[in-house]
Amino acid sequence: MRLELHRILVKKLAFGDKTGVAGGTLTINREELLDLISEDELLGGNLGVDIAMPGDSIRIVPVKDVVEPRWKIEGNGQVFPGAVSDVETVGEGKTVVLSGAAVVTAGKIVRFQEGIIDMSGPGAEYTPYSRTCNVVLLLEPANPGMDKHDYEAACRMAGLKAAAYLARCCAEARADEAEVFDFADIREAMSAHPGLPKVGYLYMLQTQGLLHDTYLYGADVKKILPTVVSPLEVMDGAIVSGNCVSACDKNSTYVHQNNPVIADMLRRHGRDFNFVTCIVTNENVTLADKRRSSSFATKLAAMLGLDGVIITEEGFGNPDADLVMNCWKAERLGIKTALLTDEYAGQDGASQSLADSCVEGDACVTAGNANEVIVLPPMKKVLGVAEEANVIAGGWQGSLAGDGSITVELQAITGATSELGYTKLGACTI
Amino acid sequence: MAYRIVHYINQFYAGIGGEEKADVTPEIREDVVGPGLAFKAAFGTDAEIVATVVCGDSYFASNMEKAGAEIIGMIKKYEPDAFVAGPAFNAGRYGTACGAMCEAVSKEFNIPAVSGMYPENPGVELYKKSAYIIETPDSAAGMRKAVPAMAKLLLKLLAGTKLGTPAEEGYIERGIRKNKFFGKLAADRCVEMFVAKLKGEPFVTEYKMPVFDRVPPQPAVKDMKNAVIALVTSGGICPKGNPDHIEASSASKYGEYDITGVMDLTSDKYCTAHGGYDATYADADADRVLPVDVLRGMEKEGVFKKLHNKFYATVGNGTAVASARRFGAEIVGKLVADGVTAVILTST
Repeated sequence: MRLELHRILVKKLAFGDKTGVAGGTLTINREELLDLISEDELLGGNLGVDIAMPGDSIRIVPVKDVVEPRWKIEGNGQVFPGAVSDVETVGEGKTVVLSGAAVVTAGKIVRFQEGIIDMSGPGAEYTPYSRTCNVVLLLEPANPGMDKHDYEAACRMAGLKAAAYLARCCAEARADEAEVFDFADIREAMSAHPGLPKVGYLYMLQTQGLLHDTYLYGADVKKILPTVVSPLEVMDGAIVSGNCVSACDKNSTYVHQNNPVIADMLRRHGRDFNFVTCIVTNENVTLADKRRSSSFATKLAAMLGLDGVIITEEGFGNPDADLVMNCWKAERLGIKTALLTDEYAGQDGASQSLADSCVEGDACVTAGNANEVIVLPPMKKVLGVAEEANVIAGGWQGSLAGDGSITVELQAITGATSELGYTKLGACTI
Repeated sequence: MAYRIVHYINQFYAGIGGEEKADVTPEIREDVVGPGLAFKAAFGTDAEIVATVVCGDSYFASNMEKAGAEIIGMIKKYEPDAFVAGPAFNAGRYGTACGAMCEAVSKEFNIPAVSGMYPENPGVELYKKSAYIIETPDSAAGMRKAVPAMAKLLLKLLAGTKLGTPAEEGYIERGIRKNKFFGKLAADRCVEMFVAKLKGEPFVTEYKMPVFDRVPPQPAVKDMKNAVIALVTSGGICPKGNPDHIEASSASKYGEYDITGVMDLTSDKYCTAHGGYDATYADADADRVLPVDVLRGMEKEGVFKKLHNKFYATVGNGTAVASARRFGAEIVGKLVADGVTAVILTST
């Protein structure tokens, strides 16, 4: 399996007559993009498209998802299979990437659980999406009383459609760089790199249901048994976020597309280990589901003869139980583990960080304490609804001050404690 | 100008006597006493001990709140910049008193406080989160090592110097998690640690998995006919509008709500404050989370004696264990005082 990512580096955004890219500037025909997302009858009549650049005095709130514009120009299937395109297998051929650009879905989204992106100031240090050139979609429901699940789906689709559209309009442009990824099938992988340990990536996805959902080829992941996926499929958007949970540690579609664990494992493949496969698993709410999925996922790892797995969590609290079950079940099958999570140690950092624990979890990296409090100074421009800061997870009544500053836990900042490890934040014990 | 320090010691180090004098009440001396001399040497011209509090270990242990308040009152007029207690080495009651006073003083005056103890001193477990405790040997033979380390840390805290790791500074890990930016992505750190573990090379985990306290479930209620049952939930159910502004996540409080005469939690009067789950169904019918309707029915049938007229609710979503423990203890106290004999806890 070979996938080439043809990267067009985007450094500027502008509105113009024709959507396309030239000289590092992504020009967007605002009307055309608005027409595209307005096609959805579930969205309201007053939608907006705006631009937020790194360094701008702009706050985007509340943010639902971030998506990187990609479009396949060669090979089977199309980006975001099962969502904006057919369900065919992706991960081979050539895909155009508008590197440095992102689509951000915002506006009054669902309730409570959405995030903040500051494009400058102290908050910008914490979110990786302050460093992307953001095309911001300001969304609203067709009617305020509509079913929240329908509205979530409409917002999710709007982001994906916009991202696919932007990259499709740039498909003819010349790429600044091309990256080639080869990934062996299981037969080859079993005999490749003799002497190196065979390893996998156990990729946990938030699937608690009720607006906490992730989709694989359009399939609702809470309804699947753990399965194997090639890392190259993930790059083509096989995994899509449908989550309305705490912003800091939900995995945006963008970070799935750019999964840094996969990236580093591919870099070290053939040198430190033999990277055989990703195993996608879910984080369901019932104990039977947790037991079934953790047993099944670790069984797959054992069937494939893996010596070790890296396990990443999504979310916190309830999914800590899934993380811990995956960990000890793998270890007891003789499969070594390293875990990637984040912490909820209280605002003072003095409480225990995880809701579950096991002695086998002796190699654990954390992306920081999400309860730590930060003051975000006022920004000149707010895209969205600033008052949502008082009700989003990580905020409280009074988070938004009269001068426009916001005092919140890092929990409220999109991607601040990414459990795919997309930031440099961590924590230590003092 | 030198920083003003108040020093706390027990009756033994003040030269009053041993166990037989352990019940002496607190006194304050405008003097440098006992180990204070070693501190004086270690502080040099940077700081000076302006007063020394002396208290008997037994007196403090049997009157902790009172003794603490008395001592705070004595210290006040000296306007200290910092507080130092002990070192207590492995003396249990002395260590506990040192820890308690460090906690009380730093809370009252918002000034740095440092003590010194042997790691197994019970004062460590009790107070390491609220005070810096320098690790010392188990007996006074370690005085020469303990005092300079305590003095050095105290001066650093006074100067606002950025501290190194607990090991570098010599204090006992307080168990407080503090964020910091690393040089590498968390993903890269994780893969690196994974490779080290695969190869059998040494690595240091970034988070030591905690050991949890386990609460055994209570035995079943034997006499249901006479039971007074209360409802308590972490599902966020509250009167519509969330009058106490319980936070959607990381709750800092819980609510107490009267349901005298309430037969059913209707959507015009009740909702959820919880931000960790989709609220649609709880808002539509809060009985789904807090089953008042069903319990009223059972109460009428005489399955149990009475549904308690108040329920307690908080939001269990990213809420710190320390907060949850406090809510639990307070709620239990109220329920017991109100004669409740059994509780149904609902989560989400």
